[in-house]
Amino acid sequence: MKKERTFGIVKNTALTRDVFEMVLTGDSGEITRPGQFVNISLPELYLRRPISVCDWTENTLTLVYKVVGKGTDLMSRMEPGEKLGILTGLGNGYKWEDTEKPLLIGGGVGVPPLYGLAKRLTDAGKDVTVILGFNTAGEVFYKDEFEKLGAGVIVTTVDGSMGIKGFAAAPMADIEYDHYFCCGPMPMLKAVWSAAKSPGQLSFEERMGCGFGACMGCTVKTKNGNKRICKDGPVLDSEEILW
Amino acid sequence: MVNTKVTLSGMTLDNPVIPASGTFGFGYEFADWYDINCLGSISIKGTTKDPRFGNPTPRIAETASGMLNAVGLQNPGVEAVINTELPKLAEVYKKPVVANVSGFAIEDYAYTCERLNDQPQVGIFEVNISCPNVHGGGMSFGTDPKLAAEVTRAVKKVTTKPVYIKLSPNVTDIGEIAAACEDAGADGVSLINTLMGMRIDLKTRKPVLANKTGGLSGPAILPVALSMVYKVYDRVKIPIIGMGGISSAEDVIEMMLAGAAAVEVGAANLVDPMACKRIIDGLPASMEKYGIDNLTDIIGGAH
Repeated sequence: MKKERTFGIVKNTALTRDVFEMVLTGDSGEITRPGQFVNISLPELYLRRPISVCDWTENTLTLVYKVVGKGTDLMSRMEPGEKLGILTGLGNGYKWEDTEKPLLIGGGVGVPPLYGLAKRLTDAGKDVTVILGFNTAGEVFYKDEFEKLGAGVIVTTVDGSMGIKGFAAAPMADIEYDHYFCCGPMPMLKAVWSAAKSPGQLSFEERMGCGFGACMGCTVKTKNGNKRICKDGPVLDSEEILW
Repeated sequence: MVNTKVTLSGMTLDNPVIPASGTFGFGYEFADWYDINCLGSISIKGTTKDPRFGNPTPRIAETASGMLNAVGLQNPGVEAVINTELPKLAEVYKKPVVANVSGFAIEDYAYTCERLNDQPQVGIFEVNISCPNVHGGGMSFGTDPKLAAEVTRAVKKVTTKPVYIKLSPNVTDIGEIAAACEDAGADGVSLINTLMGMRIDLKTRKPVLANKTGGLSGPAILPVALSMVYKVYDRVKIPIIGMGGISSAEDVIEMMLAGAAAVEVGAANLVDPMACKRIIDGLPASMEKYGIDNLTDIIGGAH
């Protein structure tokens, strides 16, 4: 049976001005695929906060999150040793086993789930290329981490202060790949989907109530019928998306 | 050994705890978290004649000690409920359920209830005339005593199982609506549905919810629910299913003291998937603490 797990914070440090990396220890046994998320109970806030899994082992969990509101602000102030009640292994995650030459495209705070994915792909000996899109050089994080995995890394910034100037979808035309995986803001998802030369999988974001399929708070229409982003997603196949 | 059993119009429940419609899907999702046969019953996702997608997203917003939702009665329609959802629930849940039904015209309510009446899983009906998140139906039937009575009569005419009417708190006098339902033949009432509310995003300067308004639920509304159950208990003789912000065994006892014969637990399921089990497991100790042998003894005890 699934249950809420108690995690202890080991580390909670800033990667950029407003992006933090939190490493926790606890039972991550319910996490089965990169692209899944966890739902965190925070003191004084009624709803849990859904955060994508950046990476995990059997008994560790790494979350990289951006401070965008009350919940993530509270998280950023937490100290090592503090405990969190977390529902883990939520959502479907990326199906990555069948690709040989994958392209990963992440935008901003959409980058973290692609790290756990890249790790599994490189471990399996796949030829991985990653495009990391940010607004400006000061917002870039995890570039070195992706390079250490042995992935080919391309950075784009909107203002040209690092890597290629422009949006993350722009370099796609010059890259060979048999499947793509994408996570980022909605305009980026659409641009990547439009530019893609192969089928792919895209991770979506919605405001959630429960995070485990009960409240129908995050339902979207797809070519395969209504889907709950929390339970049937957050990853959708490129062929089923209705923009 | 304390006795947690309660009765709703002849249907005996092992305990008074029923997950509220809209917070528990068709139940089977929660079988991943615990054996749901511990529940008193389950109020299934609000069912309409035709399939409904519901409202655009965002459908959810947070509030102090609660949340707003504007899901808008997303459901697969009564035929899919009969052919797919209830059979899936039957695999993991062996007790009778509360069939929650919504509509946009009196004929819709009657049609959907008539279709569900022969389903052996259905123990009682809960007719929702109080959804604040749909237009041209829902709550408009629950804010007018004459229309509330008409819906009640129409459903009673085509059903053989007990009919409970789910009432809206967004009215001047909920007692008057409850009395109109009782006079029209309702076997019970359930209250309260959510309270109309709104949040505004300071960055966009627009309402957070795509539907603009939503229904407020969670611990914030418990005192409102208690006062309304208390008021309706004074006004009608039929049983009351009390709900609104219940999150603990103590809340269950408080709601029953106000006049509820059973309770529903809503928003709590969404922040803690184990909420109903936790409440049920905690009931005997709370009953002992407050000297309660039989839970039925305390119904309306605060009057």
